[in-house]
Order: sequence, then C-alpha cells, then structure tokens
Amino acid sequence: MAMKHGAAAVSNSETAARRVSSFLATHPKVRLGLLLSAPLGWLVTVYIVALALLLVTAFWSVDSFTGEIDRSFTLDNIFSVFSGSLYVAVTARTLLVALAVTVIDVAIAIPIAFYMAKVASPKVRRGMVIAVLLPLWASYLVKVYAWRSVLSGEGILQWLLDPIGWETPGYGLGAVIIALSYLWLPFVILPIYAGLERVPNSLIEASSDLGASSSLTLRNVVFPMALPAVIAGSIFSFSLSLGDYITVNIVGGANQMLGNLVYTNVGAANNLPLASAIGLIPLVIIFGYLWLVRRTGALRNL
Amino acid sequence: MKIRITTATKISAAVFATALAVSGCSASSGSAGGDALAELGDNEGSVNILSWPGYVEDGTNFPEYDWVTPFEESTGCMVNAKSYGTSDEAVNLMKSGGYDVIAASGDATLRLIAAGDVAPVNTDLIPNYEGIYDFLKMQPWNSVDGVSYGVPHGYGANLLAYNTEAFPEAPTSWSVVFDGASANSGKISAYDSPIYIADAAVYLMAHNPELGITDPYALDETQLTAAIDLLKAQREHVGEYWSDYLKAISALDTGDTVATTTWQVIVNYLAADTPVAAVLPDEGATGWSDTWMVASKAENPNCAYAWLDWIASPEANGMATGFFGEAPSNPGACDYREDCEAFSAGDTEFAGKLYYWTTPIEDCLDGRTDVKCTDYARWTEAWTEMKG
Repeated sequence: MAMKHGAAAVSNSETAARRVSSFLATHPKVRLGLLLSAPLGWLVTVYIVALALLLVTAFWSVDSFTGEIDRSFTLDNIFSVFSGSLYVAVTARTLLVALAVTVIDVAIAIPIAFYMAKVASPKVRRGMVIAVLLPLWASYLVKVYAWRSVLSGEGILQWLLDPIGWETPGYGLGAVIIALSYLWLPFVILPIYAGLERVPNSLIEASSDLGASSSLTLRNVVFPMALPAVIAGSIFSFSLSLGDYITVNIVGGANQMLGNLVYTNVGAANNLPLASAIGLIPLVIIFGYLWLVRRTGALRNL
Repeated sequence: MKIRITTATKISAAVFATALAVSGCSASSGSAGGDALAELGDNEGSVNILSWPGYVEDGTNFPEYDWVTPFEESTGCMVNAKSYGTSDEAVNLMKSGGYDVIAASGDATLRLIAAGDVAPVNTDLIPNYEGIYDFLKMQPWNSVDGVSYGVPHGYGANLLAYNTEAFPEAPTSWSVVFDGASANSGKISAYDSPIYIADAAVYLMAHNPELGITDPYALDETQLTAAIDLLKAQREHVGEYWSDYLKAISALDTGDTVATTTWQVIVNYLAADTPVAAVLPDEGATGWSDTWMVASKAENPNCAYAWLDWIASPEANGMATGFFGEAPSNPGACDYREDCEAFSAGDTEFAGKLYYWTTPIEDCLDGRTDVKCTDYARWTEAWTEMKG
C-alpha cells in the first residue's frame, strides 16, 4: 500500500517535470528569458540601479544640522561642483595625472607587447606573460607602500641617485604618476599584446617583400591594426587613474584628487549628495572618452 | 533649553583612514533615552558591545591582551563585540539597535543622547565608578543637566612630534608647524581632517588674542578665515597630510616628516633609537575623551552594567587603555600597565591644557549669541578648499 502510494507520487512529479520541460522545449523565448533573468537581474540591480541612485542622490541635499538627507530636488550640488574653482582645479589635476599615466604606460607597453607577440620564442613569451601578470598577485596596498619607501628621502631611489647628484622626486604628483603607471601597466600590456598577436605575420612579411622598411611597416601596417588594442589598454589606465584616491593618499604628499574629495564628503562630512555630484565628474569624462573612441573598434578589444 | 554639544574623537587603530565622521548635530533637549536602571537583577548571559577597535580584546589578536575572558568567567555574560571605524558609523549602528553597550567618543556621545539611543547611567550600581578620576566625571560630553550618561574610559592629546636631530632643543610652541614652518619646508605634516582647523585655532588663541577666540570649536566666520589663512600658509610647507596613523609612523621613522601633530601611541610605536620625541606645547592642544554608555533599548541591561563596572576596574581599564595607547580613566589602572607616565595619566595640568574634540555647530559653543558660528559642514568645505 505504502509502496503504491510512493510510486504514484513519483509518477505525479514526473509528469509535472515533463510538462514543464515540454512547455520549455516548445517555447524557446521563455527558456531564454528564464536562463538570462538571474544574471540580468544581478546586472540591473548592482550596476544600473546603483548608477541611477548615484545620479539621483546628486540632486538631493543634506541638512547640516541633523545630518539627515533632504530628498527635495536641488541643483546646488551640480552647480557648485561644475563652477567651484576647487573642483575645476582638482579635476584638471586628476586629468593631468590620468593622461600622464596613460601616455607612460602605452609608451612602455607597446615595445614590450610587440616583443612578446612577434619576436620572442614561445618559451620566452610564456615567461614574459607570467612576469607581466606577477605583480597582479600582490596586494595593491603592499605595492603602493613599497613605492612609498622607495621614493622616501631615505629610500633606495635616493641612494641610487645620490652618486649622480640627482634627488628622489619625493612624495607628490610625480610619485603618484610613477606609482599608478606601475600599478596599471599589466592592464595596458595585455590588451595590446592580444591585439598585436592578431596581426598576421604574413602581412608583415608581404610588406617587407614589397620593399617597405621596418619603420614603414610598423607605421603603416602594424600600428593601424593595433590601434584599437592600444586604445583599449588606455581606457584601463585612464579610467583606473581617474578614480584612484588611495595611491595619492599614500605617496601624493599634500595633493588631493577627485577620489579624495568624494572620500572626504562621504566619510568626514557626511555629505553624500555632494559626493555623488563629484562622482559624476569622472563618469562624464569616461563616457566622453568612450564616446570619442567608440568608432575605432577599441571597445571590441576590451 | 539648550545643551552644549561637545564632542571628542579619537584614533581608531585598525582603520585605514581615520576620517572624523561628524555631522552637524541636533541640540534638542529633553530626557531622551528614558530612566536609568534603578537596581540590578540577574545577569542575562550575554552582552552585545559596540566599540572602537582594540577596546574589547579576547586574546584573539594578542594572547597576552585578554580582558574579556576573565569578565565572561566571573559574570557569566558572554561577550559579542563589534568594532566600528568612525563615529558616524557608530551612531548609525546604534540607531539600528541590537547593542547593549557602546564606547563612544565625544563627537558621538551627545548625538546618541539627543537621539535617545542611550540611557542615563545609574553610577551607584557601578562600584568601580568611585575609582575614576574626578576631573573626567560629569563632563559636558558624558552628562546632561547633572545626569550621568556613562563611565569615562580614557583620554589622550594631539601632541607635537618632532625630530630630535632637526630640533636639538624640544620646541615649546606649535609655531614650528605654523609661523616657523618655512625652516623645515616640505618636512612638515598635519592631521588630514577638518577638525585640524581647531589646532590652528588653539594656536591663534595664544598668538592672535585680538581675534577673541575662547573656544577653538566656536569660530565665527572671521575667526575661521584667520585659521584657514594660517593653514594655507602652512600648506606651502606641508610635505603630506596624514590620517592613517601607520603613514605618520613611517614618515617620522624615515625623517620625511620632522614636525607634525601626533598621538602618543604613534611615538611609542617608533623604535627606541628613532630620533623622535613628542611634547605638549605651551599653547595647549586638542584631544579626545571616550565614554562607555548603555543603550536605551538594551536587551541585557544587567550584563551591560556588569561590563561597565568591569571595564572601569583598574585591571581592565589598565589593559584596555594600555593596549590602545591612551591615558586611563582609573588611577589604579597604572598598576596594570607600565607606561602611564608616557600618557600623563592623572596629570590635571596636562588635562587642563586640552581642548577635547568637539563638533562645531551654528550656536556658538562658547556662549556667544550675537554671532553665528561656523558648523562642521562649513569646516569641511573650508578644509578641502584650503588643500586645493
């Protein structure tokens, strides 16, 4: 009796599962929708809603007496952020750092990536990929603190430069540019390496067969094909530098960047709306940059 | 009726940047938080504690620092501890409930009282309260209208650290980081928080008396401008600002910083042969003072009182403040730690030279009613603009 009952339950659940599966088999769109709903839901809540909240918060204000957020619409934060001389100066400084880091990283990354992709033997190439990736296994903070001791007035750099009469740059914007260039270099080398690897060797050979010099081949054959990859790498170093506030805190001396202003307003001043408004600045800059480079095909190389 | 919002802040050991999280706070009155416990009952079996890092150690971090286990064994109250990084975080966590006890700095205490999140404390039920220094009891940051809201824990000063090679004679004035900073341009450091404006105000109190500053946390617009101008001049010579105490330690150690505002614990961390010393200059200094408080909605009030009594005892107070690096509130605590001298414990002359960190608000804290003072939001704005 009990066995019979159990068998009936199994066949019941089997038919239910079968019904669902046959329904899904005949409705491919529903199947796809169910499959995508979880990751899409996550994407929407974590990325889109968070960004939207950031945008909305920028139009609120804080009651300085109670510290409560006043949810009535105001443009004050936006106005003060886009007109205040402080924010203009800090934005210019942050942009300068991000651009310098990007230029330095690209200048270092192109020869290394080219060597890895086109010159080195497979064995050397594997070793170099590991060498490029190796720093990523160490903590960000450890690396920046290492630069702090390197750049110190009593540090190893001073010791090395002393005999030739030079001095360490010390803590300041120069130190920030050096440390950030070091931190983001792997993120620039890897996409450029991947892009150069896709340039067929036959094209380079054909170019030289037709009498082009090495530099002409580089300029007219390799570089145009690698440009999207270079831009993809620059997006990494540029956007990562734009939002950084920890490195500048540790080796930046008395300087502050946009990230520091956001941090101060969230942590010390309890002014989330103003912090959101400041946070919009790098967002606008990055979207502008992406819009500029979208035609080059760089976004497909990210 | 108005209550004075006096606030103090102190270091939080494990946080990366000790931003002073203070927002303007309401000065509404009333006996919020209900009545104090009239008599003790049986211990509930557990207690939930919210505190700065390093205030509730059960030996997990360092086996020799354990003042939780003896408490659990003698009272039967199991301790659940959570630490916070900023006073704002503390205030928000207390609002969410679930905690019986909190160790709060002055910039949180009166906000907690005004919001009714903490209850008055019946000090008669805390035998060890007797032993606390009198000059720490019933202060503006731990009492309202003669009603005590907690048990003092410890206090410390923002001292002047100097490199003994750069300054063979100990400086007696903050001028080495202000008017005389050019002598060590690029090797001066300062605390990276708007509350540091008060340090400039303390200096101006002594050197520009015509400004009429009587309380470094009650600055009208003119006085604030004077303080900011002083900081702007200092900015030219500042090598870097610090809010992470590890950063301050490394800069003093390497000699990249030769004069800065500091905490005693920072100087103590440096190796004995490092040419760095700390001094309390003649102008006085800013400082902090902390208080143990009981939540108004405490689920375990008896265990909460048991903890307040335990942490005020010479043994626990000595271990906790010694671990953190501040002066204890109980003179007997010095029997349980050897460095009391270094923190000037019980030195009332030292304590009297301190202006405990306070949240500036619009109603002048020094009692002036003819002007409006600048609040902390204004200080933050001025500070970021000064740094540029």
